[in-house]
Amino acid sequence: MAKSHKPVVWFPFAAGGTVIAFCIPVIVLLTFLAALGHVPAGLGYEKLHAFAGNGLGKLILFGVVALSLWSSAHRLRCTCFDFGLRADTLVATVLYLAAIIGSIASALFLLRI
Amino acid sequence: MSRRPLVREVPPTTWYFRHPRYLRYMSREITSIFIGAYCVLLVVGLQRLSAGPAAWEGFLAALRSPASVVFQFLCLVAAVYHAATWFNATQKAMPLQIGEDFVPGNVISGAHYAAWVVLSVVVLLLAGVF
Repeated sequence: MAKSHKPVVWFPFAAGGTVIAFCIPVIVLLTFLAALGHVPAGLGYEKLHAFAGNGLGKLILFGVVALSLWSSAHRLRCTCFDFGLRADTLVATVLYLAAIIGSIASALFLLRI
Repeated sequence: MSRRPLVREVPPTTWYFRHPRYLRYMSREITSIFIGAYCVLLVVGLQRLSAGPAAWEGFLAALRSPASVVFQFLCLVAAVYHAATWFNATQKAMPLQIGEDFVPGNVISGAHYAAWVVLSVVVLLLAGVF
């Protein structure tokens, strides 16, 4: 049977696309409100620190950030190709590495909270 | 007689100007740039949160810079556009069959929109926006 690494890339990509569609708009809205000077109560240090200090909160934040990073990396790879940047192996290596480093970094930051 | 396959020249950097459909495809592709950049902002935010109250207040203050306001507005537009096109595509990507019949496509997309609105309102409630 032919083996392909595609499912490994595709599963987090599809999961990330769904997470981005459902979660990212409302998260952007929250930080956008904060940017306009109306900081939502949930973005205050005490509240957010308590949420990220909780095991379930850590898992939710890590899931959203890591899956979104991976999905964005995969989409950016396709976008680069579509805009005529044909060095696909290089682009893929850089973007996937960035997504992996970003995911590990967020896990470390969350464990420190 | 030698076989001469048709080779159609496709300009690699300007092909999407050939058809409005390609432009709509590319407009969705571009949202990944904003969402990718926003993900980096999220990772930075987690780092600031883990560094203590002063660092977090500094992060919130940095969010208020004019460049950040513009960036986040563009991210909001990109995120909503990505979500809407993603939900519109679900009816094609995962058609649902019950018995002999397929569930109508707009029911599948509509259910996604409804779940999206409910989830967003719940998150806004939990975050104390209302």
